[in-house]
This record gives sequence, structure tokens and C-alpha cells, in this order.
Amino acid sequence: MEKSAVNGLEHNQTLKKENQVIAVLKRMRRNKGAMVGLAVFLFIVIVGILAPWLAPYPYDQIDMASAFQSPSLKHLMGTDNMGRDVLSRIMYGVRYSVTIGVVAMIISFLGGTLIGAVAGFYGGKTDQVIMRLCDIVQAIPSLILNIALATVLGEGFVNCIIALGIGGIAGAARLVRSSMLSIRKMEYLDAAKVINCPTPQIIGFQALPNAISPMIVQATMSVARNILNAASLSYLGLGVQPPNPEWGAMLTAGRDYISKYPYLTIIPGLVIIITALSLNLLGDGLRDAMDPKLKK
Amino acid sequence: MAAENSRRIIKDNIIEVKHLKKYFQTSKGLLHAVDDVNFAIEQGTTLGVVGESGCGKSTLGRVLIHLEESTEGEIWFDGEDVTDLRGRKLKKFHEKAQIIFQDPYSSLNPRMTVEDTIAEPFRHSHRFRRAEIMEQTKKLMDLVGIAQRLRMSYPHELDGGRRQRVVIARALALEPKFIVCDEPVSSLDVSIQAQVLNLLQDLQDERKFTYMFITHDLSVVRHISDNICVMYLGQLVETCAAGELFEHPLHPYTQALLSTIPSTDIHKKQEETILEGELTFPINPQPGCRFRSRCRYACEACGKPQQLREISPGHFLSCCQVNDRENGVVRQQ
Repeated sequence: MEKSAVNGLEHNQTLKKENQVIAVLKRMRRNKGAMVGLAVFLFIVIVGILAPWLAPYPYDQIDMASAFQSPSLKHLMGTDNMGRDVLSRIMYGVRYSVTIGVVAMIISFLGGTLIGAVAGFYGGKTDQVIMRLCDIVQAIPSLILNIALATVLGEGFVNCIIALGIGGIAGAARLVRSSMLSIRKMEYLDAAKVINCPTPQIIGFQALPNAISPMIVQATMSVARNILNAASLSYLGLGVQPPNPEWGAMLTAGRDYISKYPYLTIIPGLVIIITALSLNLLGDGLRDAMDPKLKK
Repeated sequence: MAAENSRRIIKDNIIEVKHLKKYFQTSKGLLHAVDDVNFAIEQGTTLGVVGESGCGKSTLGRVLIHLEESTEGEIWFDGEDVTDLRGRKLKKFHEKAQIIFQDPYSSLNPRMTVEDTIAEPFRHSHRFRRAEIMEQTKKLMDLVGIAQRLRMSYPHELDGGRRQRVVIARALALEPKFIVCDEPVSSLDVSIQAQVLNLLQDLQDERKFTYMFITHDLSVVRHISDNICVMYLGQLVETCAAGELFEHPLHPYTQALLSTIPSTDIHKKQEETILEGELTFPINPQPGCRFRSRCRYACEACGKPQQLREISPGHFLSCCQVNDRENGVVRQQ
């Protein structure tokens, strides 16, 4: 009896070893918030992918006769100032906004992790030089920085993503650096050095996994910020070009009519919030699932 | 330098340190963490290094293992000069010399399982295949006494003793000859301390390891050491065989240190010397004996630089007040 229990345990453990990714997913599955976040986010993504089939109207069909219609059965989310169906524009907007938000976040955090990890791990002069450069970048207001980058890169969807991504690197680097600083004196890093672990591996596989938690939540939050910043760029004609629907742009456009037709602002705003929230829940769950100390 | 000459490289010395210095640049000045330290450790023996916290004993260990670079001096390991090592030579050195850290709570990566931690040295040595690594890991776990069922556990799931066993297993993986034990038991419960100490001693008997055992715990050091160095503010003040040190402590600092050990013998009169004053900080120190501000025998001669000299065979001392072994401290005033 006892022996079989032990065997079962060992069997379990072998399985766990083989599929660490699955183990993390399994642990995450027990986190309700994370699962809700995942479901909502997947739903949004699928809607975006299937937009041509799901959307009741083309996103750019102008119908001045039916402008500013409040939500009704015909137009579930109403119509905007040019009579375009808001629901359809929101659906197509997933393709622009979520892509901008997520890809720009990935760019900032990959770049930021690399720079911040090096600065935080080595400390001293390396840290000083890198962080002073980040100070310079961060001293520029983010909107102006984004405008400058987008201007240099040129207008367009991809360049908008790159501009937003690069704009966020300094902030991400600062975050990674601070949590790296807190663990760089840990003895297990010295131990790794003594057993001949190459320095890039020490930074990447020993230090970073222990420093990454605060970043995950921050990264999911930056998705929403990226979407809104993309709106400002679109407004200036540097981001997504009209008539392509982009949530941030829709939000800005709706602002002119906020007193009379508040749904034009509320709906894109809500969608952005829901997207950000779902990612936030997901990120939170992911962080917990990756922390062995919280394993139950 | 008679003292030094008599301790010239004996062939069996696995490690030999000459005039080793480690200074740290601080905002207040130059901190002499390790100042002109000389000693040698014979193969298969244990050198205990004792001293108050902050006296530089951990730094000494870290310099020996190349976690810090020495400022000056030479380190000889197994007949080779290993003072400046880089790249492949350093990797080779680390296969032969290892360190066991003080705190098993911070010296294990919280995100690595026991198995991963123990297997790491093998993976980085590139001499083993996957299957061999698994097998070696298992063997090591048996050797240090960690149950196989714990191999998928994370450090926070283990108690202090088990964690320290994992740390020991990792250090032993590549079969080093020399191991610096940096207070390996000071963060453990007394009951577990004994287990770990016995494990270290059994391993030494079996595999002829050489230890440098850094500790502030005198009862531990007596139990495990063959020879003992007493450090004070970066300098060695007395070094001799363990028994001799406890029988005939000669340096006033050693005497004070030993008098603090509580005795279980009720008939023995306990003469406790309480040191007055604080441990001064070794930043830009004055020449001369660093202990003199707290020493009851201090006089003018103590202001001159002190040399480690041999007072009786194998017993070295850096106190100008002591003239011979039997009479102990002689006041000159």
C-alpha cells in the first residue's frame, strides 16, 4: 500500500518534470481569476480574427442618414458621426488595437529586460551609465517621445507599434533593474558562479526568473497604455490611418460628442478596460503559477 | 621572516597563502578586510578560522575561492599559483575547489528543484551525458543523505538541515579537493548542526577532503579542526594545532575569546575575560597590533607592526608581549 503510494508519487513527479509548462498551466487552471482573464482575452482575439464573418456591417460603410444612432437592435452599439456601425468597428478594431498593445508591450519588455537585467546584475558603473541613459529617455514625456519616434520611423501601423515599443523600453528596464538589484547579492548567484555557470546563464536562468514577478503585472498594464498612446498617434496622423478602426482613435473621436452621445466614448473605453483587465488577471495568475512557493 | 621560512611549501600543502590582502574601497577610506595573511593547509586536514563577525574571515574564504579578487599576495593551490585565474583555468580551479555557504536559505535558487540544483555542476562541466547526470545526482543525494523522494522538491519545502545537505551535495558534485565551509552550520538548529558537522567529517574521512572551516562558534571549531587560525580585524593573530590552542591560548585576544566558552565543569573556576570596547573598524588602520585598543596588556611596543612568529613548534603568534609558551602573557611595564 505504502509502496504503491510512493511509486505513484514518483510517477507524478516524473510527469511534472517532463512538462513544466503544462505544470504551470495546470496550476493556473486552479486560479479562477486567471481563467476568466484568459477566456475573455481569447474571446476578444477570436472576435478579431473572425471579424469579417461576425461583423454585421463593413467597418468603413458610411451612412450619413443614420449617423449618431443610439444602440438599438439594428446597431447594437449604435453608430458614429458618419453613421458607421460601432460594433463592427470595435470588432475590426481588435486587429489593430490588441496587436498594437501586445506587440509593443513585448518589444518594450524584451528590450527592457535585457538592458535592465544587465544593469541590475553588474551594478556599479555599468548600472550608472545605463540608468542615466534611461533617465534621459524618461525625462522626455512619453507622448512626445512616441511622436518623435513615429515621425522618424514614418507613419503606419507597424511603425506605430515600433515607436510605442521603443518608447516603453526605458521604463521596463528600470523595473527589471530594481528587482535585479534586490537579488544580485543572493548567495545562489555566487554558488552558480563557483560551479562554472556561464554569466549569461546566471543572469538569464538564475537571476531573472526570480526578478520577473513584478514585471508581469506591469507588462499587462502597459497594454492598455499602449492602446491609448496609439490613439494619440492616430489622432496626429502618425498611427493607424483612418478609416481603419482603432479603439483609441474611436475613443478620441467620440470625445467631441461626449455630452450628447456618451456611448461613442463609453463603448471603446469599456472595451479597452476589459482587454486590459483580462490581461491583468491573466498576468497575475501567471505570476502566481510560476512561483513555486505558492504551489499547493 | 623566520616564521615564513619555516612554513615554506611542504609538498602536502594543498593550499598556501602568502601575504594575502584584500582591501575594499569605501566612501570612508580603504577597508582592510584581509591584511597580510599567511597560512597553509595540509591535504586532508581541516583549518578552522575563527574570529568575531566582521573580522574578514568570510572575505578570506571568498578570496580563496575567487569570488573576490585579491588585492595583493599569492595563493598557491596544489603546487600551482592560482592568484590570478580567468576563463578556462578558473573553471578548472572551481572543479577542484568549492565553497559551502553560510545560509542555505539564500544559497539555493528558490525556483530550482533539489535535483536541478545538484545536477547543475555536472551540466556546466560538459563531461557528462544526460543519463550520467541523472545517475550521479542520485548517488550524491544518497551520499549526503537526502531521500530520493525529495528530488522534485523546492528549497522552501525543505528544512534547514536538508537544504544544507543539498548545498553540500552541489559543492561535492565534481569531487573537489578543497572546500571552504563558510559558517556552514551557524544558521542551523543545534540538533541539525551536529548532523551536518558529522556529515562533513564522514565525507572527509571517506574522500580525504581538505576543509577551511570558517566559523565564530568555538565549540564547533574545536570539534572539527586540526589547526586553527584566529583572526582579528583582517589579520591572523594566532595559529596552531587545535588542541594546543585550547590548552595554551597565548594571544590576549584568543584568551579572551576562549574564556567566553561556558564550561560544564562546575569545579573549574571560570575566569571570564570580558572584552571592553567595540570591535574597531578596519578602515585605514594604524600600524601595530589592531587589538591593542581593547587589550589589557597593551603598551607602547604594541604600536609597532607585529609579525607572526613561532613561539613554539607549530604555534605562531603575533603578540610582542608574549615571550614564551609556558608563562603566557608577560607584562613588560
